[in-house]
Amino acid sequence: MTRSGGHAAGRFPALAAVALLVSGCGTLESGGSSGGEDTTVTVLAAASLTSPFTTIAEQYMAAHPGTDLRLSFGSSTTLAQQVAQGAPADLLATAGTSPLDLLGDIEPTETVTIARNTLEIATPPDNPADVEGLADLAGPDVDVVLCASTVPCGRAADEVLSRAAVEPHVVSREIDVTATLAKVRLGEADAAVVYHSDVASAKGAVDGVEIPEADNAVLTYPLARLGDTAAAADFAAYVSGPEGTRVLTDAGFLAP
Amino acid sequence: MSTATSGTGPPPAADTTAAPVPSPWRPRASRALLVVPAALAVALVVVPLLGLLAGTEWAQLPARLTDPVVRPALWLSLVTTLVTVAVCLLLGTPLAWLLSRADGRGATWLRAVLTVPVVLPPVVGGVALLLAYGRNGLVGSTLEAFGVRIPFTPVAVVLAQVFVSLPFFVLAAEGAMRGIDRRVLDVAATLGASPARVLLRVALPLAAPGIASGAALAWARALGEFGATITFAGNFAGRTQTAPLAVYVALQEDPQTAVALSLALLTVSVLVLGLLRGRWMR
Repeated sequence: MTRSGGHAAGRFPALAAVALLVSGCGTLESGGSSGGEDTTVTVLAAASLTSPFTTIAEQYMAAHPGTDLRLSFGSSTTLAQQVAQGAPADLLATAGTSPLDLLGDIEPTETVTIARNTLEIATPPDNPADVEGLADLAGPDVDVVLCASTVPCGRAADEVLSRAAVEPHVVSREIDVTATLAKVRLGEADAAVVYHSDVASAKGAVDGVEIPEADNAVLTYPLARLGDTAAAADFAAYVSGPEGTRVLTDAGFLAP
Repeated sequence: MSTATSGTGPPPAADTTAAPVPSPWRPRASRALLVVPAALAVALVVVPLLGLLAGTEWAQLPARLTDPVVRPALWLSLVTTLVTVAVCLLLGTPLAWLLSRADGRGATWLRAVLTVPVVLPPVVGGVALLLAYGRNGLVGSTLEAFGVRIPFTPVAVVLAQVFVSLPFFVLAAEGAMRGIDRRVLDVAATLGASPARVLLRVALPLAAPGIASGAALAWARALGEFGATITFAGNFAGRTQTAPLAVYVALQEDPQTAVALSLALLTVSVLVLGLLRGRWMR
């Protein structure tokens, strides 16, 4: 008796949960379409753009109350793949143009260059391993962290290091540039090769050691517009316009 | 479990108390109400697995499995998870035994603390491990003075795996040890067996299925470890890049290699489950 009672009781919460899920989805959808006034623009951006894009989005939303920007950051490669697999996105900003090749059949409506970036060596504030240049990264006592060779910052770092004929003492290859920088911020690694903008936006949490221009690589950051909504086009113009460029250069990026 | 009599024979005529109670549910309708969510539950588990099988380019599979990324990752995963299980058995079994004998408030608290890694997001575990064993960490700063660095080494991989899987082992083993009839142990003791002998010759054999089940759970959890590992041990091929990390990185560049590696992991896991089936699954 008690057993069947238990079953009957168990049945209701399960059904209620399913009903809740279904109705929950419904509300979400109708909330998005019937809102009329509020337009949502989904922006996927490279990890290195995290801080400037967050600032630009705040400024834009303050000036355009009708637009709701949804930002998501990750490695450019992963983001491009997610878009190719059907992840909803109106705008995609990547580090370097090569991730855009992963979009496959998806043809961007428009692509503009919003910034450029160079590489720099980041060390913990007191630079415990006395890193002064690329050559020092080969020292067996210098724990170096790079981005994975599959993501733009890793590819660029490999290119720069091989051009300088340096074989670094690498202890880890992290999944994106923020994870790479985090290892230096925590003091677990002595040096990392990241973007100049990352060192600039870390604001004192790490020290930067510049890489000479002759050895360095320059990445261009494209902003690809997917689909054809007016709100997305407007935000893209804002990012590539003077307001966006100012935030990006303040964050240590080079103007396009 | 069920103490109800199985109604195979005809009910005795004299038994009048067994009049059926009318159920508010018509059996067929209520069964449909159960079958639909149940089927949905099965689909939620099975569809992704089918997706993995359907997405595999079988002709290329042998070539993919010899990809330079695959073998070191599988090997590292195998070695580190086996070390993790050994640590669980060596350190976790005595702990489980002591917990199963203790009933005080201290034991309750200890059990609660040990359960934390089960519910903690693995990345948080990785941050905690860094703050403990990292260069500037609680223990790590002392180790650093002796020239010992744990992050970015296979030792870090094992520490991350032990952190997340030891609780699974201890809880399962303790459960099995509690299930032992206390009188059996008392009899062994009155017959002159020392406490150590009672544990080794009586308690452990009786709890063996539970210990094996705990070890299997711990192993599976260690094999799947991702978040704590990538946060604490980093990602370097051949040294700290375990199979799940290799799957994640390979997916960015060469999805078919990621699929092949995933398939290898799936096969190994299913194989181990199958081998242990008689022991801990019914």
